[in-house]
Amino acid sequence: MKSRDLAYVALFAAIVAVLGLVPPVPVPGLPVPITAQTLGVMLAGSVLGAKRGGLALLAFLAVVAVGLPVLSGGRGGLGVFVGPTAGYLYSWPIAAFVIGLLTQLFWRRFNLAWALIANMVGGILVIYAIGIPFTALYGDISLWASFTGSFTFIPGDLVKAVAASVVAVAVRRAYPVIELPGRRATAG
Amino acid sequence: MQSLYRPGNSLVHRVPAGLKLALLAALGVGLFLTGSLPVVAGAVVLVVAVGLLAARLPWSALLVQVRPVLIWLAVLLAFHVLVTDPRTGAVAVLRLLALLVAAAVVTATTRVTALVAVVERLASPLRVVGVRPARIGLVIAMTLRFIPLVADRAARVREAQAARGASRVGLGIVVPLLVQVLRMAATVGEALDARGADDAPARRRLARAAS
Repeated sequence: MKSRDLAYVALFAAIVAVLGLVPPVPVPGLPVPITAQTLGVMLAGSVLGAKRGGLALLAFLAVVAVGLPVLSGGRGGLGVFVGPTAGYLYSWPIAAFVIGLLTQLFWRRFNLAWALIANMVGGILVIYAIGIPFTALYGDISLWASFTGSFTFIPGDLVKAVAASVVAVAVRRAYPVIELPGRRATAG
Repeated sequence: MQSLYRPGNSLVHRVPAGLKLALLAALGVGLFLTGSLPVVAGAVVLVVAVGLLAARLPWSALLVQVRPVLIWLAVLLAFHVLVTDPRTGAVAVLRLLALLVAAAVVTATTRVTALVAVVERLASPLRVVGVRPARIGLVIAMTLRFIPLVADRAARVREAQAARGASRVGLGIVVPLLVQVLRMAATVGEALDARGADDAPARRRLARAAS
């Protein structure tokens, strides 16, 4: 990894943190407000790619762990890693990695549709696949109860996946950060 | 950005950061091995006493970290009372509460730099797979510096939009903002290279050439 990659990693960790400072948006018809933070997870994966995106979220979690209140709602410290929703936090680096992996896979023909697939698989499926069983295990409740409890967030997540995809496609055109190995001289 | 650390000089403040984290981990494992109500209730009393009496933290230092989760604990308790039984619910809730308070005490009594040092030390076995622990510290330091910077850039773009009469901030500003900060990060990377922050082998070569 070059120094520039380290700076990109730190930058997206900071972006996720700043998104945590954005006050939650109440959506009509939704019982829970949407927070902007998972938008940062999606952007990190689809702008930086698998490795740097995953590392950016690990760096973000490190900053949370050392005591900065940068999780949405001003949370932070080690307590959030043992709370009932900690599984969602642990899923973020993996989600960013998967989004990045899919984005790299689709990179040559990347457009809104492929971006949406990457962000929905990595940013929604992966996060729930880790977060739901974790909450069930932690709170000693059934998987089904944990699933229905998190269902209300899905519409907000779909909105975020669309937003992240639109941005990812535009950033790819304006300032592509992902470089595929080889074929760089022949591409374009 | 204000960290959750509360400066102090108590015994708990002076315990090495690594030992505090180890104790916290041990407490976590211990609490999940036991299902006994008196034990988990005792653990809650113990960690609150450590925080308020031994570490001499104000109530607010603990509350600010625990409060966001309280509603969750209430939901969890209600769920158990309805579906399983109150005793299981009480054990689950008190177990989480003990862990949350213990983690809050560690966070409030340990400096950010000390925790970063522990992260670097824990990462040192990763040397064999090519990870350089010092660079983890570097990335965390850069992240701390970038947070106010990104927030400031975002605020400036928002003001510029408002000055042009835009009432709502759309996705339109996100892309230029991202490109702007990506360029900035690339510049920071170049600056790091110029100062030899990255290139350990080159530094060694230079040192050899100089001697």
